[in-house]
Amino acid sequence: MTNVLVCVKRVPDSSSEVVLTDDGQSVDGRYAGFTMSAHEECAVEIAAQVTSGGDEATVLTLGDADAVEQLRASLAVGCTAATHVVADPQRFGPADVAREIAVVVRDHEAQGRSHDLVLLGNDAADSGDFQVGIRLAYELGRPVVNGVNTVTVADGVVTATGSGPDGHETYRVPLPAVVTILEGGVQPRYPTVPGRMKAKKVPIEERTPAAEPTGPKRVRLLLPPPAPSNVEILGTGPEAAPAVVDVLEKLGVLAR
Amino acid sequence: MATVPSTARAVVIGAGIVGNSLVHHLARLGWRDIVQIDKGPLPNPGGSTGHASNFIFPVDHSREITDLTLDSVRQYQEMGVFTQSGGFELARTPERMEELRRRMSSAKAWGIEAHLVDPDFVKEKVPFIETDQFIGAFWTPSVGVVDSLRAGTIMRENALATGALTVVPNVEVTGLDTEEDAAGRRRITRVRTTGGDIEAETVVIACGVWSPKIGDMAGISIPLTPAVHQMISVGPCPQLAEQEGEISFPIVRDMDTFCYERQHGADMEVGSYAHRAILHEPEDIPSIEQAKLSPTEMPFTSDDFDPQLEQAYELMPELLGAEGAEMRYAINGLLSLTCDGNPILGESEVRGLWTAAAVWIKEGPGVGRAVAEWMTNGHPEIDVNASDISRFHQHQKRREHTRLRTTEAFIKTYGIIHPSEQYESDRGQRLSPMHESQKKLGAFFYETAGWERPHWYESNAHLLDVYGDAVMPREHEWDSRWWSPIINAEHLRMREAAGVIDLSAFCIFDIEGPGALESVQRTCVAQCDVAVGKVIYTPVLDAAGGFRSDLTVMRLGDDVFRVVTGGAHGMADRKWFEDQLVSDPDGAGATTLTDRTDAVSTIGLWGPRARDILASLTGDDVSDEGFGFLTCREIQVKGVPVLASRISYVGELGWELYVPMDQAAELWETLLEAGGPVGAVPVGIGVYGTTGRIEKGYRAYGYELDGERSIVEAGMQRPKVKVADFVGREAYLRQRDEAPAAVLCTMTVDDHTSASGVKRYMLGGEPILTRDGETLTDGHGHHPYVTSAGSAPSLGKHVLMAYLPPDQATVGNRLAVSYMEELYPVTVGSVDATGLLDPTNERIR
Repeated sequence: MTNVLVCVKRVPDSSSEVVLTDDGQSVDGRYAGFTMSAHEECAVEIAAQVTSGGDEATVLTLGDADAVEQLRASLAVGCTAATHVVADPQRFGPADVAREIAVVVRDHEAQGRSHDLVLLGNDAADSGDFQVGIRLAYELGRPVVNGVNTVTVADGVVTATGSGPDGHETYRVPLPAVVTILEGGVQPRYPTVPGRMKAKKVPIEERTPAAEPTGPKRVRLLLPPPAPSNVEILGTGPEAAPAVVDVLEKLGVLAR
Repeated sequence: MATVPSTARAVVIGAGIVGNSLVHHLARLGWRDIVQIDKGPLPNPGGSTGHASNFIFPVDHSREITDLTLDSVRQYQEMGVFTQSGGFELARTPERMEELRRRMSSAKAWGIEAHLVDPDFVKEKVPFIETDQFIGAFWTPSVGVVDSLRAGTIMRENALATGALTVVPNVEVTGLDTEEDAAGRRRITRVRTTGGDIEAETVVIACGVWSPKIGDMAGISIPLTPAVHQMISVGPCPQLAEQEGEISFPIVRDMDTFCYERQHGADMEVGSYAHRAILHEPEDIPSIEQAKLSPTEMPFTSDDFDPQLEQAYELMPELLGAEGAEMRYAINGLLSLTCDGNPILGESEVRGLWTAAAVWIKEGPGVGRAVAEWMTNGHPEIDVNASDISRFHQHQKRREHTRLRTTEAFIKTYGIIHPSEQYESDRGQRLSPMHESQKKLGAFFYETAGWERPHWYESNAHLLDVYGDAVMPREHEWDSRWWSPIINAEHLRMREAAGVIDLSAFCIFDIEGPGALESVQRTCVAQCDVAVGKVIYTPVLDAAGGFRSDLTVMRLGDDVFRVVTGGAHGMADRKWFEDQLVSDPDGAGATTLTDRTDAVSTIGLWGPRARDILASLTGDDVSDEGFGFLTCREIQVKGVPVLASRISYVGELGWELYVPMDQAAELWETLLEAGGPVGAVPVGIGVYGTTGRIEKGYRAYGYELDGERSIVEAGMQRPKVKVADFVGREAYLRQRDEAPAAVLCTMTVDDHTSASGVKRYMLGGEPILTRDGETLTDGHGHHPYVTSAGSAPSLGKHVLMAYLPPDQATVGNRLAVSYMEELYPVTVGSVDATGLLDPTNERIR
C-alpha cells in the first residue's frame, strides 16, 4: 500500500510564444490557455502507476478557482482524490507553497490519510523557482530526490532513476519521502471518456491557506531575446527528398 | 518564394476554402493578374478551414444554402476529395420526430434522397449505437466528408497553372486604401501589406473570422463574430481501427443533444453546439506565434463540454469507452457566425471591395463560384440575395447586434426553428411613431429590418366572435405558433369596412437630378417616363433576367422619383439603384440618391370605406375621377401634409399615405378615429404580408420572386416591353419568346384533415406532388414547393403558391401537398397573376 500525494500548478501553456502580463509578474495565458507543466504531467502519470493497485493518489494544487480544471484533468488520468488550496498563487513564493503543502500533509495524516510519497514537478513552468520540493522535504523532515525520471515503490522503498552529470543514477530511499520529477521517463496518458466522466464526480476538498504568504519577492519576469531561427532549407522540389529521408531517419521516425 | 506584386487586377485576401475556390473560379472565368495573399503558411494558413469537421449534410430548410451546398458537393466530387458516408439525424423526442418529418419536406422540395428510419435501421449501419437512446432518425445517404485542405490546394494550383495567379503566403494586410469618386462614392485603390503595397481596383476579403478586422481597415462592416465550436477526438477505437480508410460508418447527428459523432480513421470525433455561446472579437484571436495549435484552435474549456461528453457516451458507450480509447485532441475551434445565419457575400458600399465570409466548408466551393460569377457578370447563377452584404441595415452593422443575435441563435444550431420564429435579443431598434399607440392596442410585434411591426392587435380579439369559424382557427400547435386567428378577423373587417396599416418599415429613397429619369429607366422594367404624379409598379431584373426586386416608383417631378420598397430587402435595392445612377449626364449636374426612410412614415388605408374615411378628413378630391388608381399627389389630411398614393397590395380601394415622421402618430390617430364609426380597425402585417396579398395572387420578393425566376415564369409579363434599355431587357425579350420551364400557380387546399383527424395548415416550403404522391419535375429539373402559404379568409380557403411544371399548370388540376409526411389534396386555381379573389379588380376601383 502506497499513498501518494502529487502536487500540480495551473500555469499558462508556454509551448508557443510566451506573452508576459503587463506588470511582468507572470505569463499571460489568454491565447495559449492553461495547463500544468510537462514535469507535473509526468508526476501525475507516476502517481497513477504507483497506485494502480487501488491505492490513494491525491492531487493537490494551490491556485485560484480556475485551477480546479487541473485537478479534474489529473483525476481524469488516474488520481483518486483532490485537494484545492484556494488562493491567488501570484502572492505565494516557494517557501509559502512548501509550507502550505506541509500543512495539508500533516492534516491528512491526522485524519488517517498518510501520504507516504509526495511527488512534485522539478519546477513550475511559469515561475521556475526550483525550490518547493526541497523546502517541503525539509519542512516534513523527509528524504528527497530531485529531478528523476522514473519512480517505483516496493517494500517501503522508493527507487528513483534519472540522468546525472556522470551518467545514469539510481536512488533508493525509504518511505515516507519526497521526489521531484523531470519529464522524459514516462509517457503521460490522455484521459478516457469514462475517466473524464468519473473525474467530474469526485468531490474536491477545498481549503484556505494556513498562513499569510511572505510573497515571491520577484522583481519582474523578462523575456529572453528571440531565439535565432534554426530553419534549414534542405532543398526544393523532388531533389530534396533524400535529404528529408535522412532527417526522418535520424529522428528515428522512419522504419525501413 | 513569390514576392508581393505592386499591382493586380484583383487581390484575394485569404487562402482558406473560400479564397482558394474564388481564385480558381475567377481564373476559370477569364480573370488574369490575380494576387492571393494570406498571413499564414500554405496549405493550412491557420483559419477555420484547417480544423473543420469537413462533413456535409445537404438538406437545409433554406433553398439558397442547399443549392450552394449541392454545388459544392459536385465540385468536391469532381476534385476527388469527397467520400460518401451517409448520415443520420437522430430524434430522441416526438417533437424532434415531427421536425424530421418537416425536414423530409425540404428534402423532397430540393430533390435530395432521404428517409425516416427506425432505430434498428441505424443500428445496422452504426453497430456501436445504443438504440434505446432515440426513437427514430432521418437518413440521408448522400452525406459525406471532404478533404477541404486538399480541395483548396487543388483549386489554387488550377489557378496557378493558368498563369492567372500569384500566391504570396506569410504576408499580412496592414491597410486598405480607398478614394472618393466625383459622385462621392468610395472605391478601393490599394492593399497595404507587410510585404509591400498592391494597387488594385478589385479586392475580396475572404479571411473568415478575421474579416471584420480587415473590413474595418476600409471602414466597412462585415458583421460576423468568431464563435467557438467545441470538438474532441477519441481513439483509437478498435471498432473503427478495423476498417479501411478515413470513414466507413455514417455520421450521426444527435439533434436533441446538439452533438455529432463523426468517424475519423480510428478516432471518433465528437462535436458540440450545446455549450454556451463562446464568442471572441477578431482582434483577440492569437497570432500564429502566440497560438499553441493554430490561431483558430483555441484552448479547450472542458467544463463546457462535460455534459455533452456524458450524452455522447450514453449513445455510444462501447465505442467511446473502449479499452485504449483516449481523448487525444480537444479544441475550442473558431468559426464564423452572423446575425441571421447567412454568409456575407458581394460588393460592399466601397466599390470594388468585395467580401466572401461567414462561409462553412459545405458551402465553400459553391460560394467561390457564385461570387466569381457575380464579380464577372454582375449576378451569380445561384440566387444568393439572402447572403448579400448589402442586406444589412445600420443597426445590424453594430458588433453588439451580431454578438447578441448569435448568442441567442447558437443554441439553435441544431434547434427546431419555426419558420415564423422571432428573435428576442436586440429588439426595439427602430420604432415607428405609432409604437406607443400600438402597444396600447395590444400589438403583437414581429421584427422587419429592425422595425417593430404589429403582426396583429389583441384589441381586435372581439372580432373573433363577430366572424366565428370564418377566421379559420387552427387546431394544431405548430400550425398556430407565431399566428393568431385575429389576423384573419382583421382581414375580414378590412374587406368589409377598412383597415389602417403601419408601413413605416418601407425603405424609401428619392432619386433626383438631371439623370434621374435615365437612372430609374435603366433599373426598372416598367415604363418610368410617365406623367408627374403617376405611380409605377415594376420588377427589377439582373442582366440574366432574374428578379433583383419588385417595387413601386412615384414620379414626383420631371427629375424626381421616389422608390418605395420592402424593409427586408431595402438596403440591397438601394445599392442596386446607386450602382445604376447616371452620375453626370453631359455635365448637367449630379444625380443623387437620398435615403428618406427615417424621415418619412407610411400608413396604409384600405377597404370599401377607405374613400369615405379619407374624404371626411380632407378637402381634396379623392373620388375615382379626381384621384385615379396608380396616381399620387400631395393632400392635406386634417392639416397634415400627406403624399397620398393610390395603390394596393391587399386588393382593396385605398391609399398609401406618406407623412413626415413627426406627424405620423397624429395622422394614425386621426385615421383610426375617423374610421372607427364605419368599422375601420388597425390591421397588422399578417394581413398585409400574407392573407391580403395571397387572395390577390400578389407575388413577394424572396418568396415567389428571386434571381432564378423570370417575369414570364411568374406570370407577370405585360403585352409590351418598353423601348428604352434596362438591365435584363435582352434576357427578358428572350424569355418572352420561349416556353416557360415552370409556371407560378395559386392552389387551394381541398381537405385539411390528417390521418389523426386534426386539421393541418401548411406554412410554406412543402413539396407539391401528384395526387398519388409522385414527384413532379419542371423544365429546370426542379421540384415544385410552396413559396407562400396562408389563409384566404374571404374565400374560406387555405391558399398555396408554387411554380409547377407547365403541363401541370391548368386551372382545376388536382394535385397534392405533402405536409409532415401526409398528403393533402389541392386544386390549381390560377395559373398566372390573376387573383382568386376579385379577378377583375372591381374592389380596387
